[in-house]
Amino acid sequence: MSAVLRAPPLKQRVHWTDRFAHLALIGIALLLVVGLVVPLFIVLSKALETSDGSAAGLGAFAAYLASPALLQSLWHSVWVSVLVTAIVVPLAFTFAYALTRSCMPFKSLFRTITLLPLLAPSLLSAISLIYWFGNQGVAKEFWLALGFDGIYGAPGIVLAECFATFPHTLMILVTALTLADARLYEAADALGTRTLRKFFTITLPGAKYGLISAALVTFTLVITDFGIPKVVGGNFNVLATDVFKLVIGQQDFQRGAVVALLLLTPAAFTFAIDYFVQRKQTSTLTARAVALVPRPSRRFDLAMTLYCVLIVGLMLAMFLMAVFASFATLWPYNLTPSFVHYVSGLVDAELGDAMLNSLKLAACTAVFGTAIVFVGAYVLEKTRGFDGVRPAIRLMAMLPMAVPGLVLGLGYIFFFNAPGNPLSFMYQTTALLVLCTIVHFYTTGHLTMVTALKSLDPEFEAVSASLKVPFYKTFWRVTLPICLPALLDVSRYFFINAMTTISAVVFLYSPDTKLAAVAILNLDEAGDIGPAAAMAVLIAGTSTVVIVLYMLLGKLVDRRTQAWRAPSR
Amino acid sequence: MSDATYLELRRIRKSFGSFTALDDIDLTIRRGEFVCFLGPSGCGKTTLLRIIAGLETQTSGTLMQAGRDISVLPPAGRDYGIMFQSYALFPNLSIADNVGYGLVNRKQSRAQVAPRVEELLKLVGLPGSGGKYPAQMSGGQQQRIALARALATSPGLLLLDEPLSALDAIVRVHLRNEIRDLQRKLGVTTIMVTHDQEEALSVADRIVVMNHGVIEQVGTPMQVYREPASPFVADFVGKVNRLTAVAEGDHWFRCGEKRLHCVAHADSDFRPGREVALYLRPEDRVVDGVRDDDPMRCSGTVRHVEFLGGNCLAEVLVDGMPGQPLQLQFSLNQMDEFDVREGNTIRFALRADRLRVFPVSPL
Repeated sequence: MSAVLRAPPLKQRVHWTDRFAHLALIGIALLLVVGLVVPLFIVLSKALETSDGSAAGLGAFAAYLASPALLQSLWHSVWVSVLVTAIVVPLAFTFAYALTRSCMPFKSLFRTITLLPLLAPSLLSAISLIYWFGNQGVAKEFWLALGFDGIYGAPGIVLAECFATFPHTLMILVTALTLADARLYEAADALGTRTLRKFFTITLPGAKYGLISAALVTFTLVITDFGIPKVVGGNFNVLATDVFKLVIGQQDFQRGAVVALLLLTPAAFTFAIDYFVQRKQTSTLTARAVALVPRPSRRFDLAMTLYCVLIVGLMLAMFLMAVFASFATLWPYNLTPSFVHYVSGLVDAELGDAMLNSLKLAACTAVFGTAIVFVGAYVLEKTRGFDGVRPAIRLMAMLPMAVPGLVLGLGYIFFFNAPGNPLSFMYQTTALLVLCTIVHFYTTGHLTMVTALKSLDPEFEAVSASLKVPFYKTFWRVTLPICLPALLDVSRYFFINAMTTISAVVFLYSPDTKLAAVAILNLDEAGDIGPAAAMAVLIAGTSTVVIVLYMLLGKLVDRRTQAWRAPSR
Repeated sequence: MSDATYLELRRIRKSFGSFTALDDIDLTIRRGEFVCFLGPSGCGKTTLLRIIAGLETQTSGTLMQAGRDISVLPPAGRDYGIMFQSYALFPNLSIADNVGYGLVNRKQSRAQVAPRVEELLKLVGLPGSGGKYPAQMSGGQQQRIALARALATSPGLLLLDEPLSALDAIVRVHLRNEIRDLQRKLGVTTIMVTHDQEEALSVADRIVVMNHGVIEQVGTPMQVYREPASPFVADFVGKVNRLTAVAEGDHWFRCGEKRLHCVAHADSDFRPGREVALYLRPEDRVVDGVRDDDPMRCSGTVRHVEFLGGNCLAEVLVDGMPGQPLQLQFSLNQMDEFDVREGNTIRFALRADRLRVFPVSPL
């Protein structure tokens, strides 16, 4: 008996077709190790090195941490992020509440307008702010009358970040408030509960995890954002701009790594909390819950409509100012619409190539990123064997969410620019930009794909095996067609983010691979704010066109491949 | 049914960490047999089925199918068709494509596949529905499609994992008979996992009753019902009364103030003084023609009657057996005939030949 117990467990022989799955699994693992783990690890080790390269670094690390300049930046970053979170979360919560719990009209219109900031780099709101309240701004007097010295510095950062983060925060809160069980409210009504008490005893606890998650996401977005403080920050230093200055301006990689580490810490920390909280949330709503349908109430609906009109008005004012200014011939003296910024500021400055590069990057990211993420999620969820590697891949797939783009970009410099690295031929190429962008946005794509795959019957693969059909045939004939809509979503997500991202790629481009979003930054630095606005508007326009194209493509895909979903009897 | 062994399981063990899901399972299944794995959830019956299918790998033990060692073969290397509780029909493929899914792969031409698909659809009673999608079919129809798909490649072994539990009661009874008829017609060796004892009793040639990862009993439905090998089997399959009693030797047992003589069970010689449990089905009682000197004669008061449709369960407090009421089954007609009503006293005898005796504590 004991001999039986001690014998190693039996292992099934591997069918030759399953080797393909294992190969793909190893490929994904390698990609994430090279594109994520190793660069991050190098940032960590660099931070502990002294400037001459010897490894006695903890002392240097501590000394630098204690420097007043850095402490000031750290303090700035933290309080600005906390303030933005404190402003945006209640505003977005009210907006989400109006969208989900009222019967106000134009809900989808309101919702669409709040998504505008996602179409362009976050810089766009900073540029708009300058046009509104800057030294030559149209409403400068109003801004000064409020008691601010000017738009540059903390007030500008906070205001611009509020606009930039609003859609992200709103999305989480809408999801949280949509997940409501009508039965709870019916039970409360049956007990004669008053509206306010229902709000505090049912609504708020129900949205608790969503609120925590929204706050953490907002905080992380602000503390790791680099474009807005760069444009309207003035002399107000934050950690993100410090990294940029140290690395690009002073070429002080070691100190840059230390600051990057500081940036990584709160991001990773909030990510860990969020991850923990999310796991709890899944169990709160059972499959038998009844969806809550809001009932009309004239006063409440009117109040909510007014509120949403106000918010949406501010959003539009912010967005349209950049559009308007980009067409103004000579701000603020000659506001006649013309294409002067587009023609002489962009085309003549040979920034058309930047736009092309951006499109190329976005297209490659959308195609390869989607393919990699889908195959990765598929082999992880639907194939067998190599059980030791799977948890590691799961963890690596979640990690990019916790890593600020600046840190990732810095890691790429250290790793791919290192002498002796056989991969250094990739440095400053489009391929590396694509890899970096895919890794940067890997987590959201991965989670979307995993959700889509988990909704499929887990026995498809078992049935196929019993019918002697290799798994890749089932993948091609069944899994892929069913997942096409999710695939399109992921690819659109990759495309838009590749168009608008700055943080990671700002370290990685060469004159030949310059990107449109990065060009905004350079134009602004050179004082060409008109062309900068034009470029931002151009990106927003491109994103809009792409989204419309995706919508049309989605309709086509639905008609071609999803006919089985709601067939008539 | 031939007696040739088709599937043989030898000392199958499966453990997940420190938890033992299956403990030394030995089982032999004959060619053409319909076997049910029956047991409560978590008893290991599904794990055992998945091990036979190669979807899980046993920690140790050997599997032989038709003389071939399949212990470590991947699912694709084994010969079986499987149907899951969820059916796992491919929703984006038409019914014909679903049924022909395994055929197309065998390099058969379209012209060969189409008639075979239609033949299979006819076999499961759904001719001409090949152009539809699964979402257009009812649950029962989907189940038949899944069955047709599993049978398409003419596998030697058919595995059914709780195939009927997602259906409502009437369809379930109807379909289990159809599955049974089809199995007889095709003669395919079949294993069905179920937690529904009625289902197992009605369709199986043999039932494997499982609990906590071990086999409690293997036997025909009649054996499992009439001669349960353990208290668990007696409890799990059918309704049963459990009486605690003390052995007095020579097949006599004292229950309360009554002495009962158990004639069956020649092997169950319990030493006097030993505590035992007597198991008796509600229908195992005689009312007509009970002799006065019958040692199993009882009288008692009807405390409560549970109406179950064609039958009723009367809870009877037997004189001389305080605290151990018996559930006795009567048909509706017998209720009138014997005047079984709440508060009435009835006279009856327990069927000594049906009484099963088990020790209360392990020997």
